Amino acid sequence: MIMTYLEAIADGLRVAMRNDERVFMIGEDIGTYGGAFKLTKGFLEEFGPQRIMDAPISESAIIGAAIGASLNGMRPVAEMQFIDFITNGFNQLVTVAGTTAYRWSLPVPMVVRGPSGGGVGGNPFHSRNPENWFVHATGLKVVCPAFPADAKGLMMSAIRDNDPVIYFEHKGLYRKIKEDVPEGEYYVPLGKARIVRPGKHVSVIAYGSAVHMALEAAATLEAEGLDVEVIDIRSLVPFDEATVLDSVRRTGRAVVAHEAVLTGGFGGEIVARISEKAFTFLDAPVVRVAAFDSPTPFAPTLERAVLPNAGGIADAVRRTAAF
Amino acid sequence: MAKAKRPQQAPQAPVSSSTLSETERRELLRYMVMAREFDAAMLRLYRQGKAFGGVYSQLGNEAVSVGTAYALDTKADVLFPMHRNIGSHFVFGQDLDTLMVNHLARKGSQMRGTDGTGHYADPAKRIYGNVSHLGAMIPVAAGFVLASKMRGESCVALTYIGDGGAQVGEVHEALNFAAVQRLPLILVIENNQYAYSTPSSLEFACERLSDRALGYGIDGVTIDGTDVELVLATTRKAVERARRGEGPTLIETVTMRMRGHAEHDDFAYVPKAMLEEWAAKDPVERYAERLIADGVMSTESVKQLREETLAHMIAAIDRAVELPWPDAEEAFRNVFMDEVAQ
Repeated sequence: MIMTYLEAIADGLRVAMRNDERVFMIGEDIGTYGGAFKLTKGFLEEFGPQRIMDAPISESAIIGAAIGASLNGMRPVAEMQFIDFITNGFNQLVTVAGTTAYRWSLPVPMVVRGPSGGGVGGNPFHSRNPENWFVHATGLKVVCPAFPADAKGLMMSAIRDNDPVIYFEHKGLYRKIKEDVPEGEYYVPLGKARIVRPGKHVSVIAYGSAVHMALEAAATLEAEGLDVEVIDIRSLVPFDEATVLDSVRRTGRAVVAHEAVLTGGFGGEIVARISEKAFTFLDAPVVRVAAFDSPTPFAPTLERAVLPNAGGIADAVRRTAAF
Repeated sequence: MAKAKRPQQAPQAPVSSSTLSETERRELLRYMVMAREFDAAMLRLYRQGKAFGGVYSQLGNEAVSVGTAYALDTKADVLFPMHRNIGSHFVFGQDLDTLMVNHLARKGSQMRGTDGTGHYADPAKRIYGNVSHLGAMIPVAAGFVLASKMRGESCVALTYIGDGGAQVGEVHEALNFAAVQRLPLILVIENNQYAYSTPSSLEFACERLSDRALGYGIDGVTIDGTDVELVLATTRKAVERARRGEGPTLIETVTMRMRGHAEHDDFAYVPKAMLEEWAAKDPVERYAERLIADGVMSTESVKQLREETLAHMIAAIDRAVELPWPDAEEAFRNVFMDEVAQ
């Protein structure tokens, strides 16, 4: 069935809730209003106010309650209305959720999800890509889908997983990307990258919105005689290092792209792994393409200036290929 | 500027004659003595230089831990203790050897050596320990009983915070959420006058911390935290309300932290007169005297109880200290549940 990225996420949630009564959702305005992006439209009617729980504007309480419920046999999905607001619940994730398996050997099967990303005039507080904060926190799984089918399959896997998973949706993709999505139960394993476009000259390793920028760049470069391989890593934790290294060993050249800011981003980790484990296969330095190290500005001219784009990735690939 | 005044509540009538059975009263004293002597034994270990990590005395808090936990059904309810609630662990049936192995992070610890003190969880005993970030576990306790409520189970969560920790934002969020959802959560604010070295006058400006209950639309009360039977009776009322679906209760227990924040702290910032005044209200001594006066126990039997308990504590500690440290390989396991042997 053809679904948008947003519909596919909603479908994954709905199927999980129909199949498992332990799954419930908690968040702000997710019930009667159906969520700020209408992702949970119709959920309240189907599942009732106990399983589609509208919470006060209290991200610590929302995430903390999800942790507590998951320690007591439930599989909660907590929504951050915008992922930027996850800062208000940071302590719960980093201090409690991410340390529980290690300290207690007890599962915390919860998902925290919400819209991330820029490009929609969201201002500095509705545009963040904070995924790498949680990579560095330890004990948290981090998922960043780029396509509808993956979004559904990764959501269902995240809900079924026994560890806390933070699931970053890109709001710019919500209604922009459509594709055929399997109906009913559908699982995409966490920690498996996907070669979205096979190629032989340069590997572009990306996730989230940057995968689409990379595909656009690859289409442009094809006319120039450059055959670009695009890898969507899909989850940052666990990270499918093998697929990335295998690709780089074949092409000998790599560009790493993400929409999050450059410094301290996950791209640096990917480059480090390539450098440590595939150095002798490289024919050029690995180049990163990412956002300028600033908050995401509001005015469209400024926002466009700081965010990465297909043109920037294409330039990086050309430089890498010509090295 | 004068503090905002709220309408005065009728003063708490002291419980003059006990409604408890002699067995219950002896049990309350026994648990308080266990908490007291556990402290003494840990202090001895600290002085021997064998304690590892902080030793957080609960001296002066025995009646709060024991009186609150004793009001719960330890087979159905759930305990989220803080670092001065060793008495609650005993009431919930934690055995001393398990407690000590966990506390001292030795091989066999339920936390495999990844953490220590009272931070462990023991689902079979219905105990979920704290983290060092005060207040962080209160939303978690709320979520735990939210799950029980969704399944139609009767489960009351008992948790604690200090006069300092009560100023953490998560406490507010958790209480408000629990109030809105009418969750069976009891939050005990142990007002022991000092948050590390900071006096309560620099921690909050309201007259009583239980006044905050009004702002959440829940029941709140401030009581003498040195009177175990009063603590028990107050908590039992809160448990009944919680079981009837009437939501959370905030109980402020007024006590004195009779030692430093941890044993490295000489608490020179506490006026001596204040400690002397509170020493006269010692919860364990006073309760023992009361049971002797009521003919429930004899002076000799109290003395024997204390000596035997201390010997028991010291023996368990000595056994735990002799245990090996966990294997270093444990450090690389269980970051995720994928790696935990199911």
